[in-house]
Amino acid sequence: MIAETGHYALVLALALAILQSVLPMWGARARDAALMGLASPLAVSQFVLVAIAFAALTHAYVTSDFSLLNVIENSHSAKPLIYKISGVWGNHEGSLLLWVLILVLFGALVAVFGRNLPDRLKADVLSVQAMISTAFLAFVLITSNPFARVSPAPLEGQDLNPLLQDPGLAIHPPLLYLGYVGFSMAFSFAVAALIEGKVDAAWARWVRPWTLMAWCFLTLGIAMGSYWAYYELGWGGFWFWDPVENASLMPWLSGTALLHSAVVMEKREALKVWTILLALLTFALSLLGTFLVRSGVLTSVHAFAVDPARGVAILIILTLFVGGSLALYAIRAPALKQGGLFAPVSREGALVLNNIFLTAACAAVFIGTLYPLALEAATGEKISVGPPFFNMTFGPIMLPVMLVMPFAPLLAWKRGDALRAAQGMITALGVAIVATALVAGFVRGGPTLAPVGVGLALFTIVGAFAEIQGRLKLFGIPLGDSLRRARGLPTSAWGGALAHAGMGVTLLGVIGATAWASETVTAIRPGETMKIAGYELAFRDLEKRDGPNYRSTVAMIDVRKDGESVTTVEPARRLYLARKMDLSESSIATFGLSQLYASMAEERTDGATGFRVTYKPLVVLIWLGAIVMALGGGLSLADRRLRVGAPRKASVRAAPPQLQPAE
Amino acid sequence: MTLDASSPAFPSPRRRASARKRRRMMIFAVIGLVLAAAVALILNAFRDTLVFFRTPTEIAERGEAPGARLRLGGLVKQGSVVHEGTVTHFVVTDRKNDLAVAYTGMLPDLFREGQGVVAEGSVGQDGVFKADSVLAKHDENYMPKDVADRLKAQGEWRPEGAGAAPK
Repeated sequence: MIAETGHYALVLALALAILQSVLPMWGARARDAALMGLASPLAVSQFVLVAIAFAALTHAYVTSDFSLLNVIENSHSAKPLIYKISGVWGNHEGSLLLWVLILVLFGALVAVFGRNLPDRLKADVLSVQAMISTAFLAFVLITSNPFARVSPAPLEGQDLNPLLQDPGLAIHPPLLYLGYVGFSMAFSFAVAALIEGKVDAAWARWVRPWTLMAWCFLTLGIAMGSYWAYYELGWGGFWFWDPVENASLMPWLSGTALLHSAVVMEKREALKVWTILLALLTFALSLLGTFLVRSGVLTSVHAFAVDPARGVAILIILTLFVGGSLALYAIRAPALKQGGLFAPVSREGALVLNNIFLTAACAAVFIGTLYPLALEAATGEKISVGPPFFNMTFGPIMLPVMLVMPFAPLLAWKRGDALRAAQGMITALGVAIVATALVAGFVRGGPTLAPVGVGLALFTIVGAFAEIQGRLKLFGIPLGDSLRRARGLPTSAWGGALAHAGMGVTLLGVIGATAWASETVTAIRPGETMKIAGYELAFRDLEKRDGPNYRSTVAMIDVRKDGESVTTVEPARRLYLARKMDLSESSIATFGLSQLYASMAEERTDGATGFRVTYKPLVVLIWLGAIVMALGGGLSLADRRLRVGAPRKASVRAAPPQLQPAE
Repeated sequence: MTLDASSPAFPSPRRRASARKRRRMMIFAVIGLVLAAAVALILNAFRDTLVFFRTPTEIAERGEAPGARLRLGGLVKQGSVVHEGTVTHFVVTDRKNDLAVAYTGMLPDLFREGQGVVAEGSVGQDGVFKADSVLAKHDENYMPKDVADRLKAQGEWRPEGAGAAPK
């Protein structure tokens, strides 16, 4: 009964979505306040209905209702509760439902918090948002109904894919979707602006918080996915350039570009046409990611059971939205008013450069990800584009981004002083040079360029705070004055600096973990030891341990340094009973920012046990950097001047551009 | 609508227009440069890093040059897996031709006999495929899509279920 309620709620949500995609927009054209006023209640009800459907599915999972096909295929009564809940989105149908839930959540948020939006813009935005939810609700109901019943119901389910039975599943998809789908707001705002035929600083001011929020979530989602893959897949790699990872990286890159160009648009009314295009493309890339993951055109850990009809359906949705929005763009964009002028050396100039490089990096990832698909479709030849391709393209393109990044905040709007900006970077440059020299002098091994990489990373981290230092004059003036100035700084200044520093932190982690990683693959017997990076690992014994729905063999390994036991690692192999699936469960010991990673191979016939042990210096920084970036984004978001529904005072100051025509 | 920016456009003085043109030229020049550099990087990377997918039959027929990087796809032959220290020897088959593979390192979960596998590496002088990575997807009925397509094309496809190895 509860499942039927959920199904019914979804159908009702679809009906409301159709109404919402037509009526408010029609109202905006006909200047009918009543029709436009429908948008908000419709958006909120749509969210409530989808939430009911989601709750119904969750209920079915928690109570192990094996009359639902979806629950049979992905759950088991012995599964721990947390995996019963996260299992709701550990499958195609459920994850799409989560996608839609987040989509309508954003619609509802605009409805509730967008009180100060102009009526017509709000009506248009919510209508566009509803068009997207119409498409996806129809997709869920027609091709991927999570509430399909089976009769007679089996006594037991087939369990969730053991790889997904991990806390990572509880966190990674929701975060990622909040990011992916959050960009739908930028899309809806862009389409609404094109329909209205005008874009201004106020528009950028409304769009930016949504984009920033989505960006923060996407950053965390990608980092979480990377860490999950790192510890779960048993390889110890943090990034595989797997097409599905690329699918999430592309919207991140263009979303980052969008954030920056939106700043230019907000402050200087320039780059309008470009910003709108980026907003469209960012969500298009999110949709593309959904298509790549859900259609099964790619071989990947993420591909759930696949049905070609679904791939075609998503492709149609993708084509409609991307094609439609770009066509609208082609028609309306040339009519957009030109923005402010700026010299090449200026904040705007630096941000344009950032945009060019980020877009180029995004294009390189795009080509590397899709070229094999295109080639196969065209010629039937199968190729694979692996990490070397991305290292050779993405790396060099991102390098200038890291170099220019600290300079940009030091340049003034309109016309910057390159020399003064360079003076501000002297500390950072000094730190970078000293670090490079120290690393080159004292750290053995690694590629010759690695110390330079460390220098670059530190340059980025220290440089990120150059602008703040310029304002605080820490150590230049009495400490009290500096602190007073620090309190007076807008939080968004700290936010920007942190986000930039986070990039450097991640870079430092990537360099440390790739340049100075060591790895040992051996097969040993209990009582024997293996050595890695100054640590001695003594294999004590194997032990059998049983979990709720698996049996495991655990290897107990003492980790010693200089003869003293520091910790133990316990890599294991688990046999999941329902699926008869054998998995390696790696074990990680963290020493400061570095990690020792041990995983165990399948049982062998000769009595020895195979282990793969890696030591990755600074690897923790990779994810820490992402957290710092997201924290920076969060701080900017908390800035009163940027907040959604900011107080009148703030919005009035920026709002009426006709009083201060830049051109 | 107080927030309307579409008030009649302000006529721009000629000086501004030409400055705008110059700025635009500048931006386009930079975009062009970056684009050209990116394209050069991508083409160069493609030349060096593309890896073609082959089945044992194709390798046998084409006589791939030893040392060329390939992705070898097929099924792990029943009874062919032998561990020797940290080296694993196994045979990849597409049921027409076999190819011996030597791989040093840890095999992925769910690598097993009778299941689909993709190994990346190159054929050595001795005719053995030296793999430096082995992929197997994490699903019990898994057959890498590449492998399934090729087996279908070669008429060796067994429908799902029938092909699953006994567990």
